Amino acid sequence: MNDASRRTRAIAAAVLAAACAGTRAAPPVPSATAPLKATVSHWWTSGGESAAIRQFADAFNAAGGQWIDQAVAGAEQSRASTINRIVGGNAPVAAQFNTSRQFRDIVDQGLLNNVDEVAARGNWDRILPQTIIDVIRINGHYYAAPVDIHMPAWFFYSKKAFAQAKIKDEPRTWEEFIAALDKLKAAGLIPLAFGGQVWQEKIVFDAVFAQLGGPELFLKIYRDRDVKAVASPAFRNVLVAFRQLRAYTDPGAPGRNWNDATALVVSNRAGVQIMGDWAKGEFSAAGQVAGRDFGCFPGFGPKAPYIVAGDAFVFPKTAKPNVVRAQKLLATVMTAPGPQAAFSARKGSIPIRPDVDLSQLDMCARMGIAIMQDKSRQLPNAEMLVEPDLNGALQDVLTNYWNRKQTPEQAQAAFAQAMKDNTW
Amino acid sequence: MVAARASRTRSRAACWSAYIALLPMVLTVLGAYVGTMLWTARVSVSSARIFPTGDFVGIGQYERLFRNARWLLSLENLAVYGVLFIAGSLVLGFLLAVFIDQKVMGEGTLRTVFLYPYAMSFVATGLVWQWILNPELGIQRVARQLGFEDFTFGWIVDQDKALYTIVLATVWQASGLVMALLLSGLRGIDDELWKAARIDGIPVWRVYINIVLPLLWPALSTALILLFALVVKLFDAVVAMTQGGPGTATEVPAKFIMDYLFGRANIGLASAASIVLLTTVVAIVAPLYYARARAVQRGLK
Repeated sequence: MNDASRRTRAIAAAVLAAACAGTRAAPPVPSATAPLKATVSHWWTSGGESAAIRQFADAFNAAGGQWIDQAVAGAEQSRASTINRIVGGNAPVAAQFNTSRQFRDIVDQGLLNNVDEVAARGNWDRILPQTIIDVIRINGHYYAAPVDIHMPAWFFYSKKAFAQAKIKDEPRTWEEFIAALDKLKAAGLIPLAFGGQVWQEKIVFDAVFAQLGGPELFLKIYRDRDVKAVASPAFRNVLVAFRQLRAYTDPGAPGRNWNDATALVVSNRAGVQIMGDWAKGEFSAAGQVAGRDFGCFPGFGPKAPYIVAGDAFVFPKTAKPNVVRAQKLLATVMTAPGPQAAFSARKGSIPIRPDVDLSQLDMCARMGIAIMQDKSRQLPNAEMLVEPDLNGALQDVLTNYWNRKQTPEQAQAAFAQAMKDNTW
Repeated sequence: MVAARASRTRSRAACWSAYIALLPMVLTVLGAYVGTMLWTARVSVSSARIFPTGDFVGIGQYERLFRNARWLLSLENLAVYGVLFIAGSLVLGFLLAVFIDQKVMGEGTLRTVFLYPYAMSFVATGLVWQWILNPELGIQRVARQLGFEDFTFGWIVDQDKALYTIVLATVWQASGLVMALLLSGLRGIDDELWKAARIDGIPVWRVYINIVLPLLWPALSTALILLFALVVKLFDAVVAMTQGGPGTATEVPAKFIMDYLFGRANIGLASAASIVLLTTVVAIVAPLYYARARAVQRGLK
């Protein structure tokens, strides 16, 4: 989801993370029982991200483990390296994936250990959101430890820009949202801070889809692959509304990184950005506080669907008892309330479980946790429902529709064709 | 007679040792190039997604590939890009070489300046080009600040023109290489030729077109092959400047392959695309290479 853009800004931080990894890998003080060594592969290399993962590493080391950090900058590269290492017989003890269908193939090939024991002890069946259970429990077994929930489609707005455009309240409907964008435009501001990269366009589209099309249509298309629903007038409306937003972006949008778009809101030059909750890192880096300098809402009205995405760690297959113990310990530590609270506060995400200390979290995160209590509002992210190649093909369709002068009907046809072509 | 035989044995021995010395290279080529090529061909007829699998689905992946609008667009983009890029680099490189060949002052400095872009990674310079061409940050903004209020230069955000910005930036990068190659060719041309042409009163530009250019053919064909290789593997410039956008306007085959190989976890389709690309390259480069070898041979005789 937020992969491509993070790559660029993460490179510098990767060097730093590698240096940290070096010191962490140093042999510990010898003790009676040797610590459980665990190489952990992940792509969290930017400042806030590596601070977040360090919470897990510290907790793991305190619990009698020895964390060996293997950060690879860039999500795609990191996942590719994990898969290569599994194929090559030198798998890491744990590896990061998005909470999605990205690791489904590895499970089907029988290359992962399950963590059923940890899940049973931690009562995952009861505490985890159903949307997450649906992707990590495969054929009755838990194959991944979820570590965070990201909501990829928050609306962030600059309070100053809203004041300048004389917008009093947060929009509660699509019409009010468009009216707000019009006011921002009239005030000489960029109404919508937009990053014209394929994955960002998809995030905005999915936001519009969830809010306007509703969860039912969303699931019908992404989960059930219902071609008739793609051809329906309701889906056409979603496409029209999505394209309508283009008039509110500025000419510099194509190719823009998500953080540069966020910077437009931070500097009050733009009104709103639709982006995942990782954008909060940019606001807090600029010394801004949620509720005071910028506002956030996850959709329109009190019943708006809340899209659930996130990250999870999988545990490549091994029979070595020490490694299996390390894997179980990792899964236990990463999902425990203490590390969960410490991690999410730095990552900008929300914890996977409700029973954690919320004092460190900001206003938007608390709002998210409150919303998660209402199961009917939870909506799985598109990537939880479709395979990576279909997701990519749909991105291609949407970016063509956004950037070329295509009619909604053409986009509907291309959407249906992509679904047909990418289903085996 | 005896001496001749001795020298023949010696040369045969030298020959054998050369073969033995080359053996590791041959093994590397067979293993790393031919082997992986065969492996890719095998994967391209399987239904492999995230892992290579051993099943056989015939030409299913190829059919999917040629139904894929983005792949077809990528090929089209590559063709347009290739023609413009090669023509642009050759013309500019040739002009630069001719310019430097005039015994200008500070030749060493100029040569370094012209060759410098080629030495730099495009991932780094691409970002700068992106800024220069971005209407909000670069040329357009500067021109407007200078008082040309209506000046517009937004090619990089324009569906129909974004590809040309990549041509522009990569020609900037590669023409120095062409210049270096052609300059060495120009320096190899006998001064007597120039003197003769001067005595005959032939205008300088005619000498360049009718006499010098044909003599430069070996250097030109080397440049051509190098440029062609740059065209086929075009990836970093696109990623750094436009990421294939806006929309899919600047998508190219190498990026398609990378996307499906890693991000989209479909190595079957990516392998099929690689094989198509390889076949295309062989079909175009082989005759070119053959012609060059023939020309060199004729030159030696």
